[in-house]
Amino acid sequence: MLGIIDYGMGNLLSVKNAVEYLGHEVEIITSANEVENYDKLILPGVGAFPDCMNNLNKKGFVEILQNQVVDNKKPILGICLGMQVMATIGNELIKTSGLNWIDGEVELMQVTDKQYRIPHVGWAETFIKNHFIFDGIKSIPEFYFVHSYHMKCLNESNVIATINHQNNYTAAICKNNIIGCQFHPEKSQELGLLVLKNFITKNFNA
Amino acid sequence: MLKKRLIPKLLLKPMQFGSISKLVLVTTVGFEKTINAGDPVSQAKIYEAQAADELIFLNIESENVSHEKVIPILNKLSEEIFMPITIGGGINSIEIIREYLRNGADKISLNTYAFKNPNFIKESSSIYGAQCIVCSIDYKLENGKAIVFINNGKEKTNVHLIDWAIECEKLGAGELLITNINHDGCNNGLDLIELKKVCCNVKIPVIASGGCGLAKHFIEGFEAGADAVSAGTYFCFKDQNPIQTRSHIANANIPIRLHK
Repeated sequence: MLGIIDYGMGNLLSVKNAVEYLGHEVEIITSANEVENYDKLILPGVGAFPDCMNNLNKKGFVEILQNQVVDNKKPILGICLGMQVMATIGNELIKTSGLNWIDGEVELMQVTDKQYRIPHVGWAETFIKNHFIFDGIKSIPEFYFVHSYHMKCLNESNVIATINHQNNYTAAICKNNIIGCQFHPEKSQELGLLVLKNFITKNFNA
Repeated sequence: MLKKRLIPKLLLKPMQFGSISKLVLVTTVGFEKTINAGDPVSQAKIYEAQAADELIFLNIESENVSHEKVIPILNKLSEEIFMPITIGGGINSIEIIREYLRNGADKISLNTYAFKNPNFIKESSSIYGAQCIVCSIDYKLENGKAIVFINNGKEKTNVHLIDWAIECEKLGAGELLITNINHDGCNNGLDLIELKKVCCNVKIPVIASGGCGLAKHFIEGFEAGADAVSAGTYFCFKDQNPIQTRSHIANANIPIRLHK
């Protein structure tokens, strides 16, 4: 069974509805001790990095996720801010330690040309690498993004998709059982639902 | 590369059916005359099928329609459509923003309350991030000057569009939705002069609205610098739908998603 981590922030309902629409069972996880009952996890997020880490800490999720995701290799999908907090450090508002699963920092997107605006909002051409999360998707899909910060990864090998907004930015990451996407699969119509479906149905041990 | 966006705007208004009051979809002309356009959820599903890029829902009679009446609609929408939704109308507290976000909204549109309490933009933006906060600005041209109107166009302010637009950006807005009330529902094209001015003076994305009656009006809006063009009447009552409009826009070499 799939579980969505509810730490008081984020558009949980849309993610839950999307998973159910795909015909899979899903439950909202509101307390840390329930995490181990689920086979796969989704970490959504809307808001600011420090608030997010604060809430994860307060509700005891940080410790249990460390155990379940890092030690037990339970598959997890972070969406938007839920991906960003997987980095070592966040620089939104105030420097904050992240979950530190992916070596990298979260920084404000920087543009100099006026035709590129921040926040980066809308459907962006996404350059995907060969990864099973993108199975069934054509070469340059468009996904829906809405963010001002981006995740700068130290290891290029963790980046499985990029976008260009004057500069290149991370659109999706992967490290073994850990997957993250900056875009919103639950809001990206058919192709977004396909990403969710791949996460839910693919066998991570294969 | 980011694609330009087409955003149907769905206006909600209560209508009496026998003894029950139901929220229906309407379009407006000059923010005054309203025309019933059907059920909001069914219409939203049609727009999704036509691959609209986002949807904006505005509760235009928020003084009579409580948020509790809007939330079930949002809830239903989020069960059936999987695209970004912005919601607005009478939003005046962080708690209401949280409720809307929890029930399926992705972005929040602020207007009258934020105009009267600019700090609310700052507060909501610092909690939910700039990307979540859309400032909606309605204006009319008076003696050649673009003057901001609040309270669904009923109350004139003494503030110029451009000044308020810049202020909203400073306070933490992530997007601006600007509507020329004189053009609303008139199918005569967007107010390109004011649109250009706003686009040149802010760095955040601008959504232009009010007056689209032809595919070329969308093209003009994008060429003037808008990141997105929003329309109500155009998508409700024209034979044109987002799929056809997209082809016209793509033919003008503007980056836009094409329906497969």
